[in-house]
Amino acid sequence: MSADALAPVAGPQPDSAGHFGRFGGRFVPEALVAALDELDGAWRTAMADESFRAEFGALLRDYAGTPSLLYEARRFSAKVGARVLLKREDLNHTGAHKVRNVLGQALLTKRMGKTRVIAETGAGQHGVATATAAALFDLECVVYMGQVDTERQALNVARMRMLGATVVPVTNGSRTLKDAMNEAMRDWVANVDETHYLIGTAAGPHPFPAMVRDFVRGIGDEARQQCLDLTGGLPDAVTACVGGGSNALGIFHAFVGDEAVRLYGFEAGGDGVATGRHAASITGGSAGVLHGTRTYVLQDADGQTLESHSISAGLDYPGVGPEHAWLHDSGRATYLPVTDDEAMAAFELLCRTEGIIPAIESAHALAGTVALAPKLAAELGREPTIVVNLSGRGDKDVHTAGDYFGILDKER
Amino acid sequence: MSRIGVAFDKARADGRALLVGCMPAGFPTVEGSIAAMTAMVEAGVDVIEVEIPYSDPVMDGPVIQKASDIALAGGVRTADTMRVVEAVAATGAPVVTMTYWNPVERYGVDVFARDLASAGGTGLITPDLIPDEADEWLAASDAHGLDRTFLVSPSSTDARLAMTVGHCRGFVYATAVMGVTGARARTSDAAPTLVSRTRAVTDLPVGVGLGVGTGAQAGTVAGYADGVIVGSALVRCVLDASSEAEGLAALRTLSAELAEGVRNPVR
Ligand SMILES: Cc1ncc(COP(=O)(O)O)c(C=O)c1O
Repeated sequence: MSADALAPVAGPQPDSAGHFGRFGGRFVPEALVAALDELDGAWRTAMADESFRAEFGALLRDYAGTPSLLYEARRFSAKVGARVLLKREDLNHTGAHKVRNVLGQALLTKRMGKTRVIAETGAGQHGVATATAAALFDLECVVYMGQVDTERQALNVARMRMLGATVVPVTNGSRTLKDAMNEAMRDWVANVDETHYLIGTAAGPHPFPAMVRDFVRGIGDEARQQCLDLTGGLPDAVTACVGGGSNALGIFHAFVGDEAVRLYGFEAGGDGVATGRHAASITGGSAGVLHGTRTYVLQDADGQTLESHSISAGLDYPGVGPEHAWLHDSGRATYLPVTDDEAMAAFELLCRTEGIIPAIESAHALAGTVALAPKLAAELGREPTIVVNLSGRGDKDVHTAGDYFGILDKER
Repeated sequence: MSRIGVAFDKARADGRALLVGCMPAGFPTVEGSIAAMTAMVEAGVDVIEVEIPYSDPVMDGPVIQKASDIALAGGVRTADTMRVVEAVAATGAPVVTMTYWNPVERYGVDVFARDLASAGGTGLITPDLIPDEADEWLAASDAHGLDRTFLVSPSSTDARLAMTVGHCRGFVYATAVMGVTGARARTSDAAPTLVSRTRAVTDLPVGVGLGVGTGAQAGTVAGYADGVIVGSALVRCVLDASSEAEGLAALRTLSAELAEGVRNPVR
């Protein structure tokens, strides 16, 4: 397999201003345009630079531990009625696909001569990954986190601090991920000369959606080749959970040109889309502008952002990356909601059949796959092969899951 | 020429800067915000900037965020902000609306422009809409005769500065601080430098907002800008008051002090 995770491929690209059809673009204060242009230039130059690609490839291999395995989950497959291949991003350093994006952006930060990175985080996964890269690259690191989240994810706050980051609890608005993102934007406007805003998903203003997608694209490039090697063919479907959308785009991108391969993104359906308590921006939202990009947004009749709800902190965001909005409109990918309960049932199933504790985010991809398998089998008239992006491990979710299943010993 | 342009011209002829006072619509209530803005006009504020409260105001500092949250918690709707514009425009002062883009897009860009024009608003200040993404707004503002104020920043290149002012009508907003509303400039020459760079590429008046809170600061900004834009300090008068009457009194006092300041430019 190629160690060059950034080698050009002929996947879909936005226009030069970052528009994916009617989505994407830049809805930002003028004060940020110069920094976004600088980033766009640095990214394009880096992508064309062999030495950057080699450095990134070496980091992914030697530090992050990629390529991640493609593992045939036989006992899970038997329960599901499909040949399920898990892309084991949970085995990466820091426990999720996010490390790929963070290493890419940290390298770019160095190239731009900036000395400070800031990040937003919900559950703390992206914050931990950013703090990790900041330690490795000797960058100052400030992580914005909603106060509600710093309280429910106290361990990840401690992890970030151990790694040398400053964690700032955000007390504005709903005090969750979207407010942390607002606060990071405010910091960036004020400190843009020395600071890079290391956005944690394929959302935000151009060039972030396309750039982040490129940094995580190795997931799909690897999985496609691994599937060919293992099965002699391409899968019938590729599935992933969709929060902001980075892990899903990361695995989709390599398959977009393979017309026979169906692409499924599973959004957080919370208590059910009909209840209004969910985070399914594509299924349950409408087109709008949030955090610098035009995309699907959970909003009220006046365009005020609505609060999202999900058992999974990493999916609990009222927007989605613009490329997904576009893939949805074009019909190339299908987006469906998965409720908290469905996700937790699949979470338990993977634990018990394979001895793998998935991130609750990734459990949404598993649950969607469980529902998809019989339909696909009926349609194809044979057992389908499905590649699932197991985007992260569940260590961070032990408390939430333990609570959900009622298996925590009562506090003494 | 637009009504705001006329007001700027008159101030220029009088050898002073124009005072622009900003307040979120619906803060603390719809009626309360009309009373506050009316008091500001009576005490000497020349132009009222009605901000449409938004859930995610990334360009605003803590004071305006808090006021916006209060307005939204009170249930203010975009349609209410039109009512505020109409009531304040009735005082005779030009009223410009400042809004993040999503509420406009959601309302419908052309319908929004039509309703704003019929409420007597002069135009829009758009903190998160750059001309690059503004085709629909350019068309709607032309169709309904509204002004367009885009922002320029110290980090804008000369090319972007020229492009941006080329799309402005009425006046240009110079965000002289790299940061949110209410913040003070780190260096004292960032603002005058940006104003002179802007003047080099346009004849439109240039308004400056950079955390002005006193008459003396207003006088300093009036020394190099055509308009002094004050937000957080005025909002704080209402936020910190223990009663509506106390808030209005504080607003009148500060407005009068600022009005005095813009009449004594420090050159
Ligand atoms: C393991 C894992 N998967 C998925 C996500 C969702 O993000 P994205 O949609 O960008 O992949 C997160 C976010 O924190 C995560 O930690």
